[in-house]
Amino acid sequence: MNASRSIIFSLVAVGILVCLPLIGVAAGMTSFFGVIVPYLAVALFFIGVVARVVRWARSPVPFRIPTTCGQQKSFNWIKPDKLDNPWDNKGVVLRMILEVLLFRSLFRNSRMEFYEGPKIRYASAKWLWLGAIVFHYSFLVVLLRHLRFFSEPVSSLVHLLEGVDGFLEVGAPRLYISGLALLAGVAFLFLRRVTIPQLKYISLPSDYFPLFLIFAIAATGVLMRYIYKVDIVSVKELTMGLATFHPVVPEGIGSLFYIHLFLVSVLFAYFPFSKLVHMAGVFLSPTRNLPNNSRMVRHINPWNYPVKVHTYEEYEDEFREKMIEAGLPVEKKE
Amino acid sequence: MAQVPKADELAKVSHRPPETPWTETPVEFRPGTFCYGAKPKNLEVVGLPNPREWNPADEDWKLPDNWKDITLNGMKDRLDKFRSFKLFMDICVRCGACADKCHYYIGSGDPKNMPVLRAELIRSVYRKYFTGSGKIFSKYAGARALTERVLKEWFYYYYQCTECRRCSVFCPYGIDTAEVTMMARELLNELGCGIDWIAGPVANCYMNGNHLGIQPHAFKDMIEFFVDEIEEVTGVRVEPTFNRKGAEVLFITPSGDVFADPGTYTLMGYMMLFHEIGLDYTWSTYASEGGNFGLFTSHEMMKRLNAKMYAEAKRLGVKWILGGECGHMWRVINQYMDTMNGPADFLEVPKSPITGTVFENAKSTKMVHIAEFTADLIRHGKIKLDPSRNDNKIVTFHDSCNTSRAMGIFEEPRYILKHVCNHFYDMPEGTIREKTFCCGSGSGLNTDEYMEMRMRGGLPRANAVRYVHEKHGVNMLACICAIDRAVLPPLMNYWVPGVDVTGLHELVGNALVMTGEKKRTTDLRYEPLPGMEDEEDDDV
Repeated sequence: MNASRSIIFSLVAVGILVCLPLIGVAAGMTSFFGVIVPYLAVALFFIGVVARVVRWARSPVPFRIPTTCGQQKSFNWIKPDKLDNPWDNKGVVLRMILEVLLFRSLFRNSRMEFYEGPKIRYASAKWLWLGAIVFHYSFLVVLLRHLRFFSEPVSSLVHLLEGVDGFLEVGAPRLYISGLALLAGVAFLFLRRVTIPQLKYISLPSDYFPLFLIFAIAATGVLMRYIYKVDIVSVKELTMGLATFHPVVPEGIGSLFYIHLFLVSVLFAYFPFSKLVHMAGVFLSPTRNLPNNSRMVRHINPWNYPVKVHTYEEYEDEFREKMIEAGLPVEKKE
Repeated sequence: MAQVPKADELAKVSHRPPETPWTETPVEFRPGTFCYGAKPKNLEVVGLPNPREWNPADEDWKLPDNWKDITLNGMKDRLDKFRSFKLFMDICVRCGACADKCHYYIGSGDPKNMPVLRAELIRSVYRKYFTGSGKIFSKYAGARALTERVLKEWFYYYYQCTECRRCSVFCPYGIDTAEVTMMARELLNELGCGIDWIAGPVANCYMNGNHLGIQPHAFKDMIEFFVDEIEEVTGVRVEPTFNRKGAEVLFITPSGDVFADPGTYTLMGYMMLFHEIGLDYTWSTYASEGGNFGLFTSHEMMKRLNAKMYAEAKRLGVKWILGGECGHMWRVINQYMDTMNGPADFLEVPKSPITGTVFENAKSTKMVHIAEFTADLIRHGKIKLDPSRNDNKIVTFHDSCNTSRAMGIFEEPRYILKHVCNHFYDMPEGTIREKTFCCGSGSGLNTDEYMEMRMRGGLPRANAVRYVHEKHGVNMLACICAIDRAVLPPLMNYWVPGVDVTGLHELVGNALVMTGEKKRTTDLRYEPLPGMEDEEDDDV
């Protein structure tokens, strides 16, 4: 499938997802979109992610195959690289923390420049890393800020986060950086996908779809907060109802809210069945989460089985005469 | 055999993807870019399926009727056995960080050589048969059916990956294309669709103990030939032993060192060093191969070939094993051997009889890398070195893929280099250590019919060598891998004429001052030592 078809397909899919609650709410299906869908989505998310992790975990790690990115531990006079070539669990934990929280491998990224000659150079390329950091962390902040809708009283940590996020102190309601950063992050990830020819070539509909979906979620959120305001008191009533398992559906919340909520539900439900599970998968990656110590400690393969080998005896049987003639020691003389 | 285009022609690489989507761009089996198919006699020796005469460029591959079931069952089996495989099928986000990290992509511009697309070749099939979304949404979920065209694509591109793992360094999830390629090659081998350059050495190694199929008496002869050579250069007669019970150490190195220049000079270096320090060691004709082309066939074949090392160590009753300079051999030893064929409880924790150093990092496998062993000797001042004998060599060091990214032996060889030669310059950061570039011919792709792709894949490595060649006058590329020693000379001739290739222990052999040696006038290649050019003439 070529790029434009992939993009159109994903756009249409998100467009349909926007229309569904619009039509549904107009038809009076507020409890379906306000209660049933979110519950289903969250259930699918948790069951789906757990099932996915269990599915991965059921396959063993037969061999110790870390990608070593630094000096091994050998002599006490050669400094080993604890982080990039860990030999114990402590090093692995550090390596994983940096990988998961700071995207360390992505930080290594470089860009190949191919000139006539040929001459090849490798330039620094941190934009993908920066874009990824902005995208993931702003998403996290946005998500945590939303705890305000699911707790009463609102935790002081959420207040603190809101204070930091809105430190510019402009606008009413106060402008949150994270919302804009999320939109910018998604836009960046999309733009590089369509402007870098190689990336465009490898992209699938399932690469565009989550970007459009998240963009639509962030956009409806921003619209609700700053422009087409919805009845925030009723919204909180609904969300608290969900959180306390006493669902209520107040009258008169704008349909923009239902669109937002539905898209978020779709994202939750889609998550375990898509590439988005990389969030869980990165923890299980055998090239990162194992120490490079298989010469020090024997790694066990649970399905190790005996194999057919060509034994020394068979070998000597074939070559005995030649070996004796050449003065090579043999087990049997004749 | 296809003619390789001239370097300036090959250098014109376009990295712009074609107009047609990759799923609709069929493979073209162009001579010079693929390897010959596995011959039936080699498959029969080790009992691999579907032995027959076939040619990858032919329309009809003579596949078994149920080839699709074999392949899909094989995939299921491996998904259940390897978490790596299952995970790497699921979590790629196609961020593209790996794309321009592959030497074959850099040198060919073929988008299916981007690691992400290489993996998508099999991932698309995985989605079709093993995921709900792929079954329902088909190509909208990036899924596609397994057809003969797909299988041919697998063959073409999974034998255009050298399992070098460079992409996995840059992947934010550590997705390792080598792992994916290994699975794909296992599946291809279940249909008899491997390449002969791998199947041949596997069969030879299985029956005769080494890749070339050298028989025991011939192996002894070949080594003894180099005993004479060493005497010629140094005046010292070394005395190797073979299959000797009760030796302290079993020494195993790739057989390439025994029969092909410049590996043979490295072999001479080993023997001179062992003689000088009085190491109680033995060669084995049965375990006469360090390399393991099973790694490039299947996990099972890797285990079947590797088994000889421990079996022979046990039979001979040695205390521990010393391993020579080799790349993929050390991937097998570091990451697979103990798990597959251990525990080596009949051996002792390796201890250098010369320095008393206990190699704690090898306390379970009981196998030590020669660079570790020699670095320890130098550190303790146990050998006398005259680095000026290498003064006419301006040296740089090629980190081999496997010892770098599946082990991390970076400092030991550099420490040795700095003691055996006076002119050493590293290539630019980003092309060495964990980011080192493949020679372009690893993982069993070092065959002549594949020369065009070898030159393409080796271009990034050659490019970095040319940088130090022009900047520092580097004329010698040192390495610790037998495949490197075999394939880097033609690569250098092609892209960077004027740079020669050497093993680390050849330089050690040159610099080593031996007890009772005559006045050395030449190096191990019979080329005059610096300042001895005239005396050399007198000798001749």
